[in-house]
Amino acid sequence: MNLNELTAHEIADLLKQKKTTAKEVYTDTLRHIEKNDGRVKAFVNFSPKTIDPSNDLTALPIPMAIKDNMCIEGEEVTCCSKILKGFKPAYNATVIEKLKKNNAIFIGHTNMDEFAMGSSTENSCYGPSHNPWNLDCVPGGSSGGSTAAVASNEAIWALGSDTGGSIRQPAAFCGIVGLKPTYGLVSRYGLIAFASSLDQIGPLTKDVTDCALLLNIIAGYDPMDSTSANLPKVDYTQALKNDVKGLKIGVPKEYFIEGLDKEVKEAVTQSIKVLEKAGAHFEEVSLPHTEYGVATYYIVATAEASSNLARYDGVQYGLRKMPGQTRKTPLVDMYEETRDLGFGKEVKRRIMLGTYSLSSGYYDAYYLKGLKARHLIKQDFDKVFEKYDAIITPTAPTTAFKIGEKSNDPLAMYLSDIYTISANLAGIPAISIPCGFSKNKMPIGLQLMAKPFAEDMLLRIAYTYEQNTSWHKEKVKL
Amino acid sequence: MISKKDVEHIASLSRIHLQGPEVEEISKNLESILGYVNKLQSLDVSKVEPTTHVLPLKNVYREDQIKPSLPQDKALSMAVEKSHGAFAVPKVIE
Repeated sequence: MNLNELTAHEIADLLKQKKTTAKEVYTDTLRHIEKNDGRVKAFVNFSPKTIDPSNDLTALPIPMAIKDNMCIEGEEVTCCSKILKGFKPAYNATVIEKLKKNNAIFIGHTNMDEFAMGSSTENSCYGPSHNPWNLDCVPGGSSGGSTAAVASNEAIWALGSDTGGSIRQPAAFCGIVGLKPTYGLVSRYGLIAFASSLDQIGPLTKDVTDCALLLNIIAGYDPMDSTSANLPKVDYTQALKNDVKGLKIGVPKEYFIEGLDKEVKEAVTQSIKVLEKAGAHFEEVSLPHTEYGVATYYIVATAEASSNLARYDGVQYGLRKMPGQTRKTPLVDMYEETRDLGFGKEVKRRIMLGTYSLSSGYYDAYYLKGLKARHLIKQDFDKVFEKYDAIITPTAPTTAFKIGEKSNDPLAMYLSDIYTISANLAGIPAISIPCGFSKNKMPIGLQLMAKPFAEDMLLRIAYTYEQNTSWHKEKVKL
Repeated sequence: MISKKDVEHIASLSRIHLQGPEVEEISKNLESILGYVNKLQSLDVSKVEPTTHVLPLKNVYREDQIKPSLPQDKALSMAVEKSHGAFAVPKVIE
């Protein structure tokens, strides 16, 4: 067995018993990447590290992958956009600082949809990543490089970011565990912004125990992020109990509708039976505004993006294109041509959609309406969580689709996030865990949602499910 | 309906010099996306407050103290063009 196939907690145990060293784990991982990443294409850059053997017993010197939108000082980060090619940040994201204190080993940055806008990792200036379970399929997105890396054992664990499902949907497509924490639990300082009221960084891991361990490291108050929640520190490994007796879990009827793949539905139904046997109670609940989720999201997220991405103008960093001739003024021409050249199609589309809904004459009909719909969606969840400990749904309506299948139809692509988007709009935590395979041997994901800051509840249910099933032990054969 | 002129106006507001076939392509995309988003118009929100943030956030204040920050040369290290310790841009004033 190669060391890179282990989980982080298994590696930590071996390190403690002095049966291996961090250097051996790192070497195995790099060797594996060299052999396989030409086909998976999970990484967009590498940054070789020297391993300090004195760290082996002190913390978690785990080789990991970081999505290409989190700043590591001096290492190129691009959001997989031409507009940021060559950009080397002058500071570390807070999550990177926290991981460094635990001696994390950053292998490199992973592929993503440009500026996290997409659900397949096809909108990347580096080209698509491939799903390790079937290289003709997408890994999901936008954190598809990170999930493909973990699923194919090219990283022990990874960080992704989730604005409308970008951790959970690719985790489901790649058969791994992905958690989107409550808004405000993990600092966004040094995460390159897409939609600031929705973005959250979260763990991508091979099992639920690793998810708790990685969350322990990255969660916590940060004065550098004004939306960071100042709450007492929680040890999430305490939630890893094989016990769901008496828990009440809601099954929202609006999620089991037309468009949901039969095999996915069957896998979720079976998962409910597993948890029922373990002592949880299930009841049908209603989240009546579910059908407005995607529409609301594409107003709120694009409006915020149009403002956040205004900073890419060729002045302070990144690409600059000097205009050939003057159309407006030399400065404005420089802005406009730089942005035309630097942004890909989907990013332009979303900036323009956001600009439209914020523009004079359309603000009330679109942006303001979107914010009000968001209120209703959040209220739906508040009501259910008055009576229930968690909500259970599929993570995505289908298993991973083929590369190219949806890339010319933006709306069809948006609808693949239909089950994940509401958690971002409501700010609540949500986790995706493996819950089965299709006949074609493609992974299926189960989503659990809970009230704000109830990550421990999600981990407890997910851990119980994992202890009573063996899906997480199925390994990719590349 | 989104006209070509509308798309060019939004592109201009977005500071993107859209060119050639992209104008038509994006106008088709926006039309289909807005068609979908318009389902919100059927929702009665007359008695609903807008939600901009899901947490009960308050403005964060801090003491007005000088603390270490990014030094100028580091902040300028990624600049495309710099001059006299500042970012340089094409001439704005004649």
